[in-house]
Amino acid sequence: MLYAGVALGSMIGGVLRALASMASIGLLGPGFPAGTLFVNVLGSFIIGFYATLTGPDGRVFAGSRARQFVMAGICGGFTTFSMFSLETFNLLREGRPLAAGLNVGISVMAWLAAVWLGHVAASRLNRLKGS
Amino acid sequence: MQELLGTLMWVALGSAVGGMARFFLSGFVGRRIGETFPWGTMAVNLTGAFAIGLIAAAADGRLLFDTPAAWAFVVTGFLGSYTTVSSFSLQTLALARDGDLLRAGGNVALSVMLCLCAVAAGFAIGASTFGGSIF
Repeated sequence: MLYAGVALGSMIGGVLRALASMASIGLLGPGFPAGTLFVNVLGSFIIGFYATLTGPDGRVFAGSRARQFVMAGICGGFTTFSMFSLETFNLLREGRPLAAGLNVGISVMAWLAAVWLGHVAASRLNRLKGS
Repeated sequence: MQELLGTLMWVALGSAVGGMARFFLSGFVGRRIGETFPWGTMAVNLTGAFAIGLIAAAADGRLLFDTPAAWAFVVTGFLGSYTTVSSFSLQTLALARDGDLLRAGGNVALSVMLCLCAVAAGFAIGASTFGGSIF
């Protein structure tokens, strides 16, 4: 049952995201949505790493249930596009277009850099000799 | 502490439902339209951005979703898990690695612009429905 794994993974990812968001507000204050940036960057790195590590040329075997649990479940639940959109919109509403633009620019570049770095790190592991 | 656990429980419940809804809709759209472009992820992110704008306007107007439990369940939990950045990033990387830079760039530009438009549209409709104001 693929859905049960996705639900359980999303539950874990969603709770971790909520905790990261609370920690970010507690540590850095509510001025900039750093918590959402953090979860989205980390989630992008993990999905890039795991997808390549368990992919066709990967050194770790994972069945489709395990892959959906980690990628669609944990990573999907951990990262969020809706909160990123709302927080950017709220920065605009607060009259802070520069912060809104920075949030979009930094986020998109950091997500893509993270998924690429995850992929590169796993590719290197895959090419290592031995088991 | 009890308040925190209660909030996290609502987040967990909403996330489980939101994750399944994302899995269903992105798979459904992908099978219908094909997988050459990540329309499935685009569909969940767009609808999720519209919904979060609508709900934020309702919560601003103190009509609906303005209690911590409701926000934790519907927004942080359901919509947070329903939408995804990780799949978006992975699919963009896959397009770029295939050498399809046009689709990769198009996915980034379309997703960001349309989701920001969707959250603004959701908020505007919510504000006019629930009597709040945008600015």
